[in-house]
Amino acid sequence: MTPLDVPWLEIALVLGLVGACAVSRITDPARAYRWGVGFCGAVFACTFLAWLAFFERQAPGFSLQTRLFGSQVLALDELNAPLVPAVALLHLLTAVATAQTKMRRFSFSWSLAAETIHLATLSAVDPWMLVTLLTMGTIPPYLELMNRGRPTRVYVGHMALFVVLLIVGWAAFDATSRLGPPAVWATVALMAAILMRCGAMPAHCWITDWFEHASFGNGLLYVIPLPGVYAAIRLVLPEAPDWVLHAIGVVSLVTAVYAAGMAVVQREARRFFAYLFLSHASLVLVGLQLLTELTLTGAFCLWFSVIISLGGFGLTLRAVEARFGRLALVDHHGLYEHSPALAICFLLTGLASVGFPGTLGFISTELLVDGAIVANPLVGVGVVAATMLNGIAVVRAYFLLFTGARHASMVQLGIRRRERFAVLTLAALILGGGIYSKPGVLSREKAAEALLHERQRRVGLDPHSAPTPLFPLPAAK
Amino acid sequence: MPSVDQVIFWLGALVIAAPTLLVAQLGLASLLDAKLSERTINRSNQTAVVTGLCAAAAILALMLLTGSRHVAIDFGTWIEIPHFHFSIKFVFDRLSVPLAILSFLLTGTIGAFASKYMHRERGYNRFFVLYALFLLGLVVTSLADTIETLFAGWEFVGLSSALLVAFFQERPAPPKNGLWVWTIYRLSDAALLLAAVVLHHHHASGEGDFDELLSIGGFWPEGHTTLAPGYVLPVGLLLIVAAAGKSGLVPFSGWLPRAMEGPTPSSAVFYGALSIHLGAFLLLRASPILESSHWLGLTVVAIGFSTAVIASLTGSVQTDVKSALSFACLAQVGIIVVEIGLSCLLQWPWLRYVALVHILGHGCLRTLQFVRAPSLLRVYRQLEDAIGDRLPQAAGPFDRFAEPIRLWLYRFGLERGYLDSLLLSCFVHPFTRAFRWCDALERRWTDLLTGEASRESDKVQPFSGSLEDLT
Repeated sequence: MTPLDVPWLEIALVLGLVGACAVSRITDPARAYRWGVGFCGAVFACTFLAWLAFFERQAPGFSLQTRLFGSQVLALDELNAPLVPAVALLHLLTAVATAQTKMRRFSFSWSLAAETIHLATLSAVDPWMLVTLLTMGTIPPYLELMNRGRPTRVYVGHMALFVVLLIVGWAAFDATSRLGPPAVWATVALMAAILMRCGAMPAHCWITDWFEHASFGNGLLYVIPLPGVYAAIRLVLPEAPDWVLHAIGVVSLVTAVYAAGMAVVQREARRFFAYLFLSHASLVLVGLQLLTELTLTGAFCLWFSVIISLGGFGLTLRAVEARFGRLALVDHHGLYEHSPALAICFLLTGLASVGFPGTLGFISTELLVDGAIVANPLVGVGVVAATMLNGIAVVRAYFLLFTGARHASMVQLGIRRRERFAVLTLAALILGGGIYSKPGVLSREKAAEALLHERQRRVGLDPHSAPTPLFPLPAAK
Repeated sequence: MPSVDQVIFWLGALVIAAPTLLVAQLGLASLLDAKLSERTINRSNQTAVVTGLCAAAAILALMLLTGSRHVAIDFGTWIEIPHFHFSIKFVFDRLSVPLAILSFLLTGTIGAFASKYMHRERGYNRFFVLYALFLLGLVVTSLADTIETLFAGWEFVGLSSALLVAFFQERPAPPKNGLWVWTIYRLSDAALLLAAVVLHHHHASGEGDFDELLSIGGFWPEGHTTLAPGYVLPVGLLLIVAAAGKSGLVPFSGWLPRAMEGPTPSSAVFYGALSIHLGAFLLLRASPILESSHWLGLTVVAIGFSTAVIASLTGSVQTDVKSALSFACLAQVGIIVVEIGLSCLLQWPWLRYVALVHILGHGCLRTLQFVRAPSLLRVYRQLEDAIGDRLPQAAGPFDRFAEPIRLWLYRFGLERGYLDSLLLSCFVHPFTRAFRWCDALERRWTDLLTGEASRESDKVQPFSGSLEDLT
């Protein structure tokens, strides 16, 4: 037995839960921070080993899941293998970069619990398990809003509708698709649930509202992994009729352009970030619905880029906010002189997210635009317009926050060691991934190919045939 | 003994590697917050520029010796998956080599000038990081043999230019102007990206190389395009928009005087000599496409002519030397574009050489003028002291017109041809108003759902509740 035979994914999930329970009992914020970071680090290490095992095509030697559920309901496959460690890394870096002033406000135990749910969601290969985890995932944000004494009605209203549509939609979709083509109303319900979770127009206000009221760190971690997109791939894409995909595509494209335009005119940094995120999430959906190998590869690459680049951008913004409070984008703040490293990281991560050459986002944008124009020139123009506006929004925010004034300060506002570690790690991934993109793109292309193959099989073949996994798992020993 | 091809390959690699390593060195030092001394920065800069220049000159010499007109250097495929590949290829031909040499020459001169001009300036390191990025962008754009590589270089030039315009960042005006420049550049980038993708997928060979795409029947300037006829007009128009944005042609001319907010060395080399010509360079590179349609040729001539006229009128009423020089520069660029348009319209490839020589000469002249601009008043005073009288004032260009026309032309010039007003009233203000209206609608909707004021961000003031307030 080699170290890679160990079921690292399951250990990561158990560690996350144990960590959440253990840290919740610690009252001292500094101690909670240390333990929280320790557990996040351990979870990341386990997910990384799980990815390595998948990369080496080694299935775990034994599995707890088969004893509990009778089959593997959580596993790494071609689609989620790189996403799971990326999300764990983002959680780790968010925990590491938490400023001392925010340690009391940032709940490490809830963060660990949410991380466990996110990782489980992204590794769910069984549809009902995914539906359950997506439903469970709506609870920690609600508790966060409650604990902070913020209004919850917008969030609860949207998420309640999402949960109902998801459960009812999937139950009916699953039941009817066994007998023939899935029922139209079930497909519509499922599609609405997915669009709502992704923040597509007009059901996008819960995301901006969430960023208004949540702590920035938790706000970021809840949305950045794009679980709605994952649900779309697992639940809708393999079997949904073409008109559903077109509908998702149209709504997503409109949302991508609209959110990019809104990001340009925002007067506050968090809202700006929320719209920037919405635009990117919608662009990923646009790539998915076009359902060509190129657009799927582009969308998968963009998804990974969103986690790393936009995650890093959010962390940088959070670090700036920790020093200066909520940031208005009305006047120039001139913060560059006090924290040049933060300014550089802000620009680097922001530009990476909009596909600047030499960064991780470049190839994903190229692939997406390329595929979109070939599939449908109008969609291609929409995608280019959205990326153009996002680029303008990022540089506008940079100019407003870091330039245009001389900001006098009596205190040291430079980047701290822990923050530097976090942003430099992400910067290394962004630049390294931008220069050496080939392995990443090839891996995403394999996932795209598998998805297309499975869709062809399911849509074209006897519906009574035994269901097969969407992305084949490594064979168990 | 290495063959000539091998020598050219390694020299070509050196031309690209020199600015790349400069960007890596200065950029990483900034990212890691490592302070480099002015001396180190200057030495690195000199080494990179001299290495790149010598390598480019050596390639030119070898090409002349061997009689080769076209040398493509292939660094292999960066990404290759079904239906998509991204090759990194560079080409040394009659168009790219002069521009690459000019880029190294002028940036090297200005780098030496800036090392004194910017001495002890707070943003010394930042200036040279952007300078290096600009140089890399320019070299990559000039030598690119695939449209995707050209796009990457194009973006580097755009970002470094916008950030250099906002270089003096303690005042609000430079960043505002930087944002304007960036916005126009993004539009130009979007047009180029669309054109690049269409070019990649809709021509006969299915490759994105200029060799395959624009060199049927001969190398530049004689080649013809293999682009499918139905795509010539849309691709040509996209390329013209991209070129117009980058070169400040009508209706995007307003960014050029705004760009003068940056330090004089960057104004000189970037907007006065090199960056401003990139649009014309793109038109020259894509001239086989433009000559495939009379409409495209006519459009290029019309845009170039109107740019030259408006820039001349506007330049003659400017009251500061940098603005006057920038419009004079734009007028010349307009003429260069007319030359390119005529070469396409009349199918006279030789006229493209005229445009290329015009670019080279104009770039050198403007660099000298911009660099001399800060000391111009002193020189005038010395001249007047020497002759013991005021320098004679030449009659203005508007003096020959009747009073009402003169006033109208004067106002037209002062308002910079109303081009900025046009863009503001037709695009920027409607865009902002529409999205602010949507924002207000969203606020009402979330307020309704919440049952109270839903936006904490409405109460945000700069630095409220910050760490600094507590101290």
